[in-house]
Amino acid sequence: MGGDLHMGRHVVLIEDEPNIIEAIRFLLTRDGWTVDAHSDGSDAVEVIKAAKPDLVILDLMLPGKSGMEIIKDLRDEESLRNLPVLMLTARGQARDRDMAEKAGVSRFMTKPFSNTEVLAAVRDLHAQANQG
Amino acid sequence: MASLNALVLVCLAYVALLFLVAFVADRKASQGHRAKWLRSPLIYTLSLSIYCTAWTFYGAVGYAARSGLEFITIYLGPTLVMIGWWWGLRKLVRIGRSQRVTSIADLISARYGKSNTLAICVTILAVIGVTPYIALQLQSITLSFSTFAEADPARHLNETTTVFWVAAGLAVFAILFGTRNLNANERHHGVVTAVALEAVVKLLALLAVGIFVVWGLSDGVSDTMARIDASQIGQWQMRADRWATITFLAAAAFVCLPRMFQVMVVENEDERHLRTAAWAFPLYLLLMSLFVVPIAAIGLELLPQGSNPDLFVLTLPLSQGRDGLAMLAFLGGFSSATSMVIVAAMALSTMVSNHIVMPIWLRSQGEGASVSGDVRNVVLLSRRVSIAAIMALGYFYYRYSGQGAALAAIGLISFAGIAQILPALVGGLFWRGATRSGALTGLTIGFVLWLYTMLLPTLGGGLLPDSVLSNGLFGLSWLRPQALFGIEGLDPTVHAVMWSMMLNTAAFCIVSLVTFPSPMERLQGAQFVNVFEHSHGPRGWTGQVAQSEDLMIMSQRILGAGEAQEFFQSEASRQGSPGDLPEPTPAFLERLERELSGSVGAAASHAMVGQIAGGSSVSVEDLLAVADETAQMLEYSNQLELQSAELARTARQLSETNEKLTQISQQKDDFLSQVSHELRTPMTSIRAFSEILRDVEGRSEDENKRYASIIHDEALRLTRLLNDLLDLSVLESGKVSLNMTAGSLAEVLDHAVSTALAGSENPLLVHRQSLSETVRISSDLDRLAQVFINVIANAQKYCDAKVPEINIVVTRARGRLRIDFVDNGSGIPVASQQMIFEKFSRVSPEKAGGAGLGLAICREIMQRLGGDVRYLTGHPGGAFRVTLPMNTDLAA
Repeated sequence: MGGDLHMGRHVVLIEDEPNIIEAIRFLLTRDGWTVDAHSDGSDAVEVIKAAKPDLVILDLMLPGKSGMEIIKDLRDEESLRNLPVLMLTARGQARDRDMAEKAGVSRFMTKPFSNTEVLAAVRDLHAQANQG
Repeated sequence: MASLNALVLVCLAYVALLFLVAFVADRKASQGHRAKWLRSPLIYTLSLSIYCTAWTFYGAVGYAARSGLEFITIYLGPTLVMIGWWWGLRKLVRIGRSQRVTSIADLISARYGKSNTLAICVTILAVIGVTPYIALQLQSITLSFSTFAEADPARHLNETTTVFWVAAGLAVFAILFGTRNLNANERHHGVVTAVALEAVVKLLALLAVGIFVVWGLSDGVSDTMARIDASQIGQWQMRADRWATITFLAAAAFVCLPRMFQVMVVENEDERHLRTAAWAFPLYLLLMSLFVVPIAAIGLELLPQGSNPDLFVLTLPLSQGRDGLAMLAFLGGFSSATSMVIVAAMALSTMVSNHIVMPIWLRSQGEGASVSGDVRNVVLLSRRVSIAAIMALGYFYYRYSGQGAALAAIGLISFAGIAQILPALVGGLFWRGATRSGALTGLTIGFVLWLYTMLLPTLGGGLLPDSVLSNGLFGLSWLRPQALFGIEGLDPTVHAVMWSMMLNTAAFCIVSLVTFPSPMERLQGAQFVNVFEHSHGPRGWTGQVAQSEDLMIMSQRILGAGEAQEFFQSEASRQGSPGDLPEPTPAFLERLERELSGSVGAAASHAMVGQIAGGSSVSVEDLLAVADETAQMLEYSNQLELQSAELARTARQLSETNEKLTQISQQKDDFLSQVSHELRTPMTSIRAFSEILRDVEGRSEDENKRYASIIHDEALRLTRLLNDLLDLSVLESGKVSLNMTAGSLAEVLDHAVSTALAGSENPLLVHRQSLSETVRISSDLDRLAQVFINVIANAQKYCDAKVPEINIVVTRARGRLRIDFVDNGSGIPVASQQMIFEKFSRVSPEKAGGAGLGLAICREIMQRLGGDVRYLTGHPGGAFRVTLPMNTDLAA
C-alpha cells in the first residue's frame, strides 16, 4: 500500500513566486511527494502533460498564461480530465472561486494558506482520485 | 332757353377754377406760408359739407316731396353728433393725429393691434358700401345734364358718354390733387380748399333757388307756408321708428363714412377747428335744409304731374325760364357730386392701396423691397391706380345696375353699410376691453346681415331670387331677408338696421368679453381710450411754447440749471427766436436728445423727449403693465425652458457621473484586487515559513536561518509595498506638500546613483557628463532624487546586458531640462511601453522586487514638479527621459 502510494505521489507545482515554491516543496517533500515546480504559465500545460503527475497545484496569476486558462486547457484534454488540481491564489474573491470551480478545479484555496490545510487538501484529493 | 353748349362751357370754366384753387392752395401749403384764411376753421367746417352730396342737394327735395319732413333726419344725425358728441369727435381727431391715421380702416386696424385683416374687412365693406354712392353722384350729374339737354332740343345727349367723361375728369382731379405727394400726415390742402369752395357754391345755389321760390314764385313766407299746408307734404305723418333709425344712420354715417373721416380727422389741421365746426356745421346744414320743403311743395304744385321731384331744384328755375339760376343750381349739384366723388375716391384709394395693394406688393417683392427707395413711387402709383379703379367701379355700377332706384334708397343703403363700422369704432374709443376678434366678428356679422337684408333685396338686381325674398333662405321662413326671425311688419330699412346693428354690437361685445387681447392690442387700446391723458391739448400743436417749457424743466433736472439754460438759449438763437425758448423743431429735439443721452443714456433720453414732445406716447403705467405681462409670460416660458434644459443637463450629468462612478468603481475593484494580491503574496511566504519554523521539527541550522531570512525579506517587501501605496495615494490625492529648494542637479544625481546602487552585488556601470550636469535647479530635490533612484534601480533590475551600463545625459531644450537614462540592455517591448507607468504593471515578474508601483509614483511626482517622465523610444536599450522645467534665473 505504502509503496503504491509513494509511487503515485508526484506533484507539479505551477507558481511564479520562488519563496512560495520553496515552502510548498519543503512541506510536500517531507510528506513523501515528488515536487516539480514550474513558474511560467505559457508552457505549463505541456509540462503537466509530459510529467503526468498525480496532482497539480496551480497558481491563478501567472506570467504568460493565467491559471484559469491553464485549467480550461487541462480539462479539454481527455487524459487530464480527472487530474486533481488544487488552485492557490492571492486573489481570493468569491467571483474568482466561482469561475475556478466552473472551469474545473478540484479545490480552491486562498493565499496565505495554512500549511496543514494545504497538506490535508493534497492528501484528500489524492485519496479521492485513487478511490474514483 | 339755356343752351347745352353754354352749360358745358360754364361747367368747364368752373372745373378750371377748382383746379386753380386747388393748385394755389397746394402751392401755398407746400411753401409753408399759407394765407391765414386757408388755415381758418371756416375751411375745415366747409370741407365737412361733403356730407351734403347730390343726394342732399337734389335728393332732399325729392325726399321731402315723397316722405315729408323725414328728410330732416339726414341733417339731424350729423347735427346731433356735432353738438352733442363733439367731445367724442375730438377724441377721434386726437387719436387720428397722434396715431398718424390715414383712413377709417387704418384707425380700426391700429386700435385692434394693427391688424391688417380688420383693415381689409373695413376696406371691403367701405368699397361695397360707397361704390353705389359714387354711382349715384355720377347719375345725378348725368340727370342734371339730361335735364338741360331736354330743354335744348337742338342737342341730343349721349348719357353714357357724359358719365364716362365726368368719371374720367373726376379721377384726374383726385389723382392730381389727392396723390401729388406722400405726406406723413396725409393732408391735401388743395383738395380741401376746392371742396370748401364747392361747399360755398352749393349752399349759395340752394339758397338762391329757395329765395326765388319763396319770394319769386310765392308771395313771401306766409304764402309759402300756406301752399305747403295745401300740398301733400302737409298731410305727412311722422313715423317714429323710421325717424329714430334714419337719424341714427345719418349720425353713424357722418362719423364712419370714409370721406367724412378723411376731411374730419385726416385733413384736420387743428383740433380747435372742431369747436368752431360744432356750431358752424349745424348752421350750414340748417341753411341747406331751410328751403327744401318750400321747393318741394312749390315744385309739386307748379310742375306737371309725374315730374321727377329729385330734380325740382333744377327744373323749377328752368320751367320759369330762369336760365342763370338754373345754371347756378346745376353748378351747386355738380359741386355736391364732384366734391363727394373726389374725396371718397381719395379716401377709398388710400385704404385699398395701404391695406390691400401694398401688402401684396411688398410680399411679392420679398424683404428687400422695404428698404429700396422705390416704395414711395410704388405707393403713389398704387394710390393712383386705386382711384382709377374705384371710379371705374362706380362707373360700371352706374351703367349696369341701379339706374332705376331712387336716389334716397341708395344713400340710405350706403349709410347702413358704413354704419356697421360704428360698434368697433366707438367700442375702440371708449372700451379697453374691446378686442380684435370682437371687432372682426361684429363687423362680419353686421356686413353679412346688411348684404342679406338690405343691399341684395334692394339693389341685388336679381342676385337674390324672389323665392328667397318671400320664403326665406333654404325655404326657412325665419330667414326671409325682410322678416328675419319672424319679425314682420317692420319698415325694411328699420328692420335691416335693427338686426344688423343689434347683432353686430352684441357679437362685438360678447366676443370681446370672451377673448383675450394681445399685448399689442392692449397697448393700442390704452392709447386710444386714454388718448387725452397721454397727449397734449390743442395748444400742443400750435402754441408750442408749453412743450418747450416742459423740455426745459426736464433738461434742467438732468443737465443742471445753468447748462440747460445755456443750451436752450444757444438753440433759440440758432433758430433766430427772440426768446430763450427754441421752437421744438425736429432738429432741435434731435440735438436735445443727444445732449441728454450723454447723461441718462440714449434709450432713456429718447423716451423722455418723446414723452414730452412726441404727442403719441403711452403712459408709463400702460407700458409697464404691458411689459409686466410680457415679462411674466417670458419669464414663465423661460423658466419652463430652463427647467427642461436643467433636467436634460442633470440627466446627462447623472448618466455621465454614473458611468464615471462605474468606471471608478471598476478601477477601485481592480486596484483593491491588485493590492490584495500584492499583499497576500509576501504574506503567504511569511505564513508558510513561520508555520514551518513553528511546527516542523528536525530542521538544520542552515534551514532555520534561511527561512527566517525569507520571512525577513518578505516582511520588508510588505513594508515597501505599503510605503509605495501610501506614497501613491498621497501623490494622487494632491495632498502632497512639496519642499521646493534650490540645488545642483549633479548633486541630486550623485545621491540617486549611490542610493540606487547601494548593496548591489552586480553594480551597474554609470556614465555621466559632469559638465552638462552643473545646472542649478529649483525643485523638491528629495522627490526628484526618488524618481532618479527608481529609474536607475529599474535599469539595474531589468538591464539584461552582460556588463550592464547606463548613460545619464543632460540636455536643454525649449526652456526645459531633459535627463535621459539609457541602458545597454534589450529595452522594454513596444507592447509594454505604454503600460509600464500604470499601477502594478511589471514587465518581467521574476526580477520584480516591488509591486509595480515605482513608475506610477514617478509619474505622479514629475507631474507635481511640473515636468514628466516617459519611456524614450528609438533606443536599443531601456531609456527613460525625465523632463524638468528649468528656472533660467538659477542657471549656473
